[in-house]
Amino acid sequence: MTSVAGTRAAAPPRLARWPRLGRAALGRGLVTAYLSLIVLIPIAALVAKSTGGGLDAFWTSLTSPLAVSALKLILVVSVIVVVINVITGTAIAWVLVRDSFPGKRILNSVIDLPFALPTVVAGITLLALYGTASPVGIDVAFTRAAVVLALLFVTLPFVVRSVQPVLLELDREMEEAAASLGAGPLTTFRRVILPNLTPAILAGAALAFARAMGEFGSLVLLSGNLPKTQVPSLLIFAQIESGNTTGAAALSVTLLLIALVVLLLIGRLTHWSLRHAR
Amino acid sequence: MGISVKGASKKFGDFVALEDISIEVPDGSLTALLGPSGSGKSTLLRVIAGLEQPDAGRIVISDRDTTDVPVQDRGVGFVFQHYAAFKHMTVKNNIAFGLSIRKRPRKEIDTRVRELLQLVHLDGFADRYPSQLSGGQRQRMALARALAVEPEVLLLDEPFGALDANVRKELRVWLRRLHEEVHVTTIFVTHDQEEAMDVAEQIVVMNEGRIEQTGAPRDLYDHPSTEFVMGFVGPVNRRGALFIRPHDLEILQVPAVEAEEAMIERIVHLGFEARVELLLADGEQLWAQMTLAEAELMELAAGQIVYARPRHAKVFEPSGASRTEELAAA
Repeated sequence: MTSVAGTRAAAPPRLARWPRLGRAALGRGLVTAYLSLIVLIPIAALVAKSTGGGLDAFWTSLTSPLAVSALKLILVVSVIVVVINVITGTAIAWVLVRDSFPGKRILNSVIDLPFALPTVVAGITLLALYGTASPVGIDVAFTRAAVVLALLFVTLPFVVRSVQPVLLELDREMEEAAASLGAGPLTTFRRVILPNLTPAILAGAALAFARAMGEFGSLVLLSGNLPKTQVPSLLIFAQIESGNTTGAAALSVTLLLIALVVLLLIGRLTHWSLRHAR
Repeated sequence: MGISVKGASKKFGDFVALEDISIEVPDGSLTALLGPSGSGKSTLLRVIAGLEQPDAGRIVISDRDTTDVPVQDRGVGFVFQHYAAFKHMTVKNNIAFGLSIRKRPRKEIDTRVRELLQLVHLDGFADRYPSQLSGGQRQRMALARALAVEPEVLLLDEPFGALDANVRKELRVWLRRLHEEVHVTTIFVTHDQEEAMDVAEQIVVMNEGRIEQTGAPRDLYDHPSTEFVMGFVGPVNRRGALFIRPHDLEILQVPAVEAEEAMIERIVHLGFEARVELLLADGEQLWAQMTLAEAELMELAAGQIVYARPRHAKVFEPSGASRTEELAAA
């Protein structure tokens, strides 16, 4: 018995025979290879394509009035959408976690539906409801408001789903402690709850922003193919159809750059808001 | 002055957490609410704090009926078992919270925070975050935070429950000293009888939503009024109707009046104390507590036949009365 136990103890588990460094390198290698195949190589190809006609061609296609107005539009609309999402998303998460009411489970499931619905269908539905033949008397078809509406629809789940678990885990005794120290509900929310939700809100906001920047399907019909509602993704599609692939690539790269800068900024903010956890 | 609870009752659904509880906590005293989990002690504390509304009864703090006063305005300092530290704030800001929402001048806050940091021995930790503190340090910070607003009463809910045994003992001593310094009326909840005995001047023993007995630590131990208190505030042997403290069980090596024959099953050495486990002829088990020196002097060993005799024992009459029987003839 002793000898058997002894041999067993002496034989290390298979994985442990790999040197530590080797295992770490393997993990890193796999991640890099995967990211390269799926993300980095396609983006590199895109960058190469966009500068294929020289930097001049890149710049010219980027500064065309259509491209400029499309970029401006998507930036403004995305910021509006993110701000609205941060407020309503946090509120929805709050209600889902803190309140109990009949139908809560169903409501909870409804939140994810915008993810499941093909976005073109979402566009058609919104157009039918809030278009020229609106049964509720709201007609925003082919306006910038419609763009905001569509993007709100497709980005709904992000903030809700990132805030919800954090709120669920939040120590309720912190709130009781604040109350015992004299803080009213508003003060407690502002000074105790909100700072603890900020990282999750920012994470949701980053995802929502990235999604809004690239949204295409729901806007195809809703924007009515007008210049004032043409976002970059639609313009890119139009350029590809007309054979201007360099222009399309240039606009795409710019879109990516803007998204990258914004995501990095939000990352900085998140880092700052988590300073207490380091 | 102090705190009085008059006929407080509280139900959670069908569960009766508090049943017609009345207690008086003298001004400036240190009182323990002692009981097993589910006895209602934490609920009572939360009712006093205003974190829970009683279904019936009144809460009076410093001669002011606070039953309908919200927790924010009750002037209570509350300390939670799991610290409830504001994770996103530094130690300094945690302690300053109560003062800063009262919009006190910055200078005053700084001075007060510095005093409190000193009081709880956290000088030098002002700019740390709670995650960088040990459990004991976090609880001291929570205490300073509660004291910052100069509460009329300090309520502690199992304040040392989440800490290591060693830290717990240290903080116990420290809390007693602190209380001598600040002298604020304090109630703390615990399920640990030793902790209650060590720290409190007055102990309220609770069981199943009711008060079993209130008294000084010594009183409860020597004169428990119910079987429950007898068993809860210290170890006890039961022999028929007799309740015998293990240190009241005398072990003799020769037969004597009132002494029962028993076999030593096991001797457990616990530092200076020895625990002698006995098996009686009828199969019942008792244990006796003595010093290790005594056990060694008598050369006790497992397997030996000895004679056990209670020096005194307690009998609880069905009517609720109790009497102490002096049994040792010596």
